[in-house]
Amino acid sequence: MTSRVGFFTDTTLCIGCKACEVACKEWNHVPDDGLNFLGRSYDNTGELNADTWRHVAFIEQPALAPATGIKWLMSSDVCKHCTRAACLDVCPTGSLFRTEFGTVVVQEDICNGCGYCIPACPYGVIAKREPDGRVWKCTLCYDRLKGGMTPACAQACPTESIQFGPLDVLRGRAAERVSELHGQGVTEARLYGDDPNDGVEGAGAFFLLLDEPEVYGLPPDPVASTHRLSSMWRTAGTAGAAFALGLAAAFVGRRS
Amino acid sequence: MKGERRMVPKATPTSYYGQPILKEHVWKGWIPAYFFAGGLAAGLSTIAFHSDRRGRKRLARRSWVASTAALGAGTSFLIADLGRPSRFHHMLRVAKPTSPMSVGTWVLSTFGPATGLAALASVTGWLPRVGRAAGLAAAALAPAMATYTSVLLTDTAVPAWSEARGELPFVFAASAMAAAGAVAIIVTPAAEAGPARRAAVIGSLAEAAGVRVMKESLGQLAEPYHEGHAGDLSSTAETLTLGGAAVVALLGRRRIPAVMGGLLIAAGSLAERFAVVAAGSASARDPSYTVGPQKARLAARAATAF
Ligand code: SF4
Ligand code: SF4
Repeated sequence: MTSRVGFFTDTTLCIGCKACEVACKEWNHVPDDGLNFLGRSYDNTGELNADTWRHVAFIEQPALAPATGIKWLMSSDVCKHCTRAACLDVCPTGSLFRTEFGTVVVQEDICNGCGYCIPACPYGVIAKREPDGRVWKCTLCYDRLKGGMTPACAQACPTESIQFGPLDVLRGRAAERVSELHGQGVTEARLYGDDPNDGVEGAGAFFLLLDEPEVYGLPPDPVASTHRLSSMWRTAGTAGAAFALGLAAAFVGRRS
Repeated sequence: MKGERRMVPKATPTSYYGQPILKEHVWKGWIPAYFFAGGLAAGLSTIAFHSDRRGRKRLARRSWVASTAALGAGTSFLIADLGRPSRFHHMLRVAKPTSPMSVGTWVLSTFGPATGLAALASVTGWLPRVGRAAGLAAAALAPAMATYTSVLLTDTAVPAWSEARGELPFVFAASAMAAAGAVAIIVTPAAEAGPARRAAVIGSLAEAAGVRVMKESLGQLAEPYHEGHAGDLSSTAETLTLGGAAVVALLGRRRIPAVMGGLLIAAGSLAERFAVVAAGSASARDPSYTVGPQKARLAARAATAF
């Protein structure tokens, strides 16, 4: 296995140009999903889904400087390529798999559209494309990686808000960036998804945020449910035993 | 709950334009219908197995046949729900212990043929030893068949399902028992349906109690089970189940009330499966059910870190 790669998205550098969204669509032939006006600041894409693999969120907040009155938080969201990926764990066909780059990818020739991965993802990333019937999400440009290239979004990002590279290198760089920002008085800067001890054992795509995760539409404490699978099976075993005993008991006694 | 005012205003944690964080499942009604059919078959095969051993020939035969029919219907529901039905056999290319759906696929594909074989032997009288072995296998797999679907739901990020992981398996097991007793009552003359009546009544009471305990322990996350479409389904389910149980307990020795009571209980079990699935959707749709409990978890962890 080659070293594990990922994304570090430094949202302090994002200018909201959506070059990542466009580059992703173009390279991956992701279908058009409507020309919408959502009335949510500059966000007219809405959310990550089967036909949006990079999504730039725009959050308007009151600015300190009264001259403008408003400031934007902008963040380009993407599949987290979780170390413990619930989508992959629950996929019954083996369509979702972990690549030699440590990323999580759907094999479209295998997926039968059972839909189980959709409620399993703690970030609401993976989704079904209709009428295609299968699920789709970011592949971290698996084909480009195989060719030794940078993923399209990171390549297109003009500010290096989206940084691509070996995950351990990115984590080191991110930690430095946070202390640099703290030094400049940006105390609200924080990393999201960088901790290998979190509920998904560390995201392969992690972020530097300027507010709480939920402000960006991210879950504050995502957990891969498969962590608890063995205890769930034990509970089911007890319930199954009660079921068997209950039905056996119905046959005890009177012959009527 | 409908029409009542909420006593405590719902905390609305920050969100991104109120948009859901999670994706709702995209299963159609086939999936809760399958949960019902699969549970029903698990219970019927168990009833048939015990009936065989106790010489209740008619109850055994009819329960085996009804179980086979429920499995046939359930399997077709599963296939109908796939985005690519022609690829249903892709489920069989791997056996993944980390996937409750994969585990369930293999349980179904052993339990199903075992039940079918037992039914065939029971109806035709051919190969009695094979029939007995198949019946034993079906009865041994039945508890897994009745409960794996609950793990399939709790092993997700959906708050109203995953936080019910301590109770949902019992609800599904009881629902399966109730439905199986009910259908066995319907297909068997009252004089021979004694054990089926007891199964139906005990199962119904356990199902209603299990749902109550589950809602109790969910705290605020019980709201999706009380409100809206899921709430309507859930209260309808309880009324049907308990009403049916009362009819069967009091009048179940007479053919017509027995059939009616059985139908009510079966409908209650079916409605309960739809209620649980709908509550999951509602809890995924509202970001506060994702954010609130997770923030509370983080705060609790921070408090113990000192
Ligand atoms: S973010 Fe969701 S879709 Fe992406 S790897 Fe993690 S669980 Fe799978
Ligand atoms: S929808 Fe496709 S990728 Fe998702 S769990 Fe089912 S088979 Fe796997």
